[in-house]
Amino acid sequence: MKYDVHTKVQPVVTGDALPKVRPELTTKGQHMSGAEILLRSLEAEGVKIVFGHPGGAVIHVYDEMHRIKPQFEHILVRHEQGGTHAAEGYAKATGKVGTVLVTSGPGATNTVTGIADAYMDSVPIVVFTGQVPTGLIGNDAFQECDAIGISRSITKHSYLVRDVSDLARTVKEAYHIARTGRPGPVLVDLPKDVLLAKGPFVYPETVNMRGYAVPAEGRVEKLERAAQMIEESERPLFYVGGGAVNSDSSELLTDIARHTGIPVTTTLHGLGAFPEDDTLALRMLGMHGTWWANQAIQHCDLIIAVGARFDDRVTGKLDSWAPHAKVIHIEIDQSCISKNVFADCAILGNVRNVLEQLRPMVKPKDTTEWLKQIDVWRQECPLKYEQDGKLRAQGVIENLRDKTNGDAVVITDVGQHQMWTAQYFRFLHSRTHITSGGLGTMGFGMPAAMGAAFGMREIGSSRPVVCISGDGGFVMNAQEMSVAAAHKLPLKLAVINNRFLGMVRQWQELFHKERYSHTDLSDTNPDFVKLAEANHCVGLRATTPEECRQIIDEAWKVTDRPALMEFQVAKEEMVFPMVPAGAATGEMITDRMTPNSFV
Amino acid sequence: MMADTLVLTPQQIIRKKAAGEPIQPDDSEMTRKHTIVVLVENSIGAFIRVINMFSARGFNIDSVTVGPTEDSSVSRMNIATVGNSRIIAQVLRQLSRLVDTIEVTDLTTTDYVERELCLLKVCYTKDSRSEILDVSDIFRGKVVDITKKTMTFELRGPSQKIDAFIDMMLPHNIVEVARSGRVAMQRDI
Repeated sequence: MKYDVHTKVQPVVTGDALPKVRPELTTKGQHMSGAEILLRSLEAEGVKIVFGHPGGAVIHVYDEMHRIKPQFEHILVRHEQGGTHAAEGYAKATGKVGTVLVTSGPGATNTVTGIADAYMDSVPIVVFTGQVPTGLIGNDAFQECDAIGISRSITKHSYLVRDVSDLARTVKEAYHIARTGRPGPVLVDLPKDVLLAKGPFVYPETVNMRGYAVPAEGRVEKLERAAQMIEESERPLFYVGGGAVNSDSSELLTDIARHTGIPVTTTLHGLGAFPEDDTLALRMLGMHGTWWANQAIQHCDLIIAVGARFDDRVTGKLDSWAPHAKVIHIEIDQSCISKNVFADCAILGNVRNVLEQLRPMVKPKDTTEWLKQIDVWRQECPLKYEQDGKLRAQGVIENLRDKTNGDAVVITDVGQHQMWTAQYFRFLHSRTHITSGGLGTMGFGMPAAMGAAFGMREIGSSRPVVCISGDGGFVMNAQEMSVAAAHKLPLKLAVINNRFLGMVRQWQELFHKERYSHTDLSDTNPDFVKLAEANHCVGLRATTPEECRQIIDEAWKVTDRPALMEFQVAKEEMVFPMVPAGAATGEMITDRMTPNSFV
Repeated sequence: MMADTLVLTPQQIIRKKAAGEPIQPDDSEMTRKHTIVVLVENSIGAFIRVINMFSARGFNIDSVTVGPTEDSSVSRMNIATVGNSRIIAQVLRQLSRLVDTIEVTDLTTTDYVERELCLLKVCYTKDSRSEILDVSDIFRGKVVDITKKTMTFELRGPSQKIDAFIDMMLPHNIVEVARSGRVAMQRDI
């Protein structure tokens, strides 16, 4: 079973997703240190960028990096959590695997939040953690922690490399696991003595894991059943999640929806998979989804779930969600099927493969009546906010959209601004909306935007990278601003400052009788303009709609460093519509005047 | 809050039936015992990942046994658990998606044999000695050790038989019980 490092396999990697290997790396059995094997393996894997932070356990890796000048860029982040989020942002923007390199102990524990975030949101990253020498493991050595144990339930898989001859194979497998199937984080723990030991380097050509299968095509009889269910339905609805983005199925999905005339609603992570300016687009569903998307869910007779996992923020109270709908579930992760909502027809497979198979099997449908009904709901309760001449977060987001015509990579943090961005930005392209959905990690936005900007630079894209965040979350990883500045990334950092932990404040107002316990940040917020300037960025501030447009224009003129725009907005603003946690989707609070039985 | 007296749509009834959930509040939960056999890579890490999945996702484990198979690179785990059909389906899918699991089978849906081994040490007196041996004989237990005060029995069989044996021995001052947990294998048809 063990891969034989002495075989004559030439590591020529095939497949379009896999990079070409530099010929000088194929020298059979060349002896080198584990640290160099690690770096050479990353090169062979086609890694272009590593987000890392050195320390005692990985000092030899950094030493070899200094000596051999590998074919990838190393970005020195200022906190390991920032590094993992940057790798996530990079991975989500480019579709490639993000790479993180940190030391043992605190280096490893600082990556935990980012790893958990990647696990919940299916982001492919590989995290290399240093570890104390194998002989000291379990001895409570300096900077020792059981990284494998700590990360076990938040990784797709993890490895402790005990022998230098296993190292190259392990790297190969780690990237394979992270990238394929439902993507996810993989942790590789590297004891110091393994990095020092010498061994032959051959990067394997293939992986051989008998327990790991990657679903691709769906079963034909299931597809036939699905096609028949679509044919028989009167009020069908596509419910599209992050799987459509991860499998790059956006165009295919758009084609099928337009061909059949079936409307499309997307989850938070599905935003961008279907152009939101299309007449068939119902925008986002769920807790802060649109009224009409949620009404459509409650009244449809068929849900075609595409790479989505029926999260509780989507369904609300499960028992009363979509009470009339049969469910077709196209999904790559078998554990998501019938987990929350029973799938009448479950198609296990890669979303792209399955949609390709399904395309010739479905016919155009007459959905006029159904779309007409949805339009009634659309008129009934449109997205709206008060237009009283004050600066409001929703207005800021609309201004940012107008500035970019919706063609930007938008990264958000977590909270009210995240939901307003989802509601008001109108995403048109796949991989242009990056957020922390499953774990809801405040502090995700700034470093993830930095990672996305590195990704855009690598693929030569001119799409601007815009980070929209709140004053609470921005401060949590603001230290990475100076890294972005050092690398001259023209990031646009919008901080929606309401001097409150706004989403918690909203719940306190709605469900806790206005007891604003520890959500007021006005005493502890930094001066954001000075914070930007201290980190070698441009700092701008707006307090009125006119200033808002002005500073956006000014920020877009900055091309050699990040520009932070602080928008001071009213603290009372709330995200509507809203399905209270645990309530039925049919019972939305649409504004402050809605009678609210949850208070 | 909302009233719980919802009138179910046909689709909701289908979902509840599929999940093994009660359709009327007074329906008894359709939970039952399941024996799941998991073939995993023979490493501590693989074993821990399987067990960890149960605790991380809030599933029950009644007993677990693990040992090598005829292929030294593969371990066989026998996991006894309890749940309704929705929970068991989830357990099976979550097990299958682990990288280190090679094969996952729920034996409960098939025809299978199941055995457990039990060692039981009990105090005896002159008066109770013959009765204890009688009980052991009925259950086809074997005396594997005897001292002036205690006897140790070995008993094999389905778990219920061992439950019954322990039950019968309870009045006799049991010193120690060691049970192996269930091991099981599918019958060939």
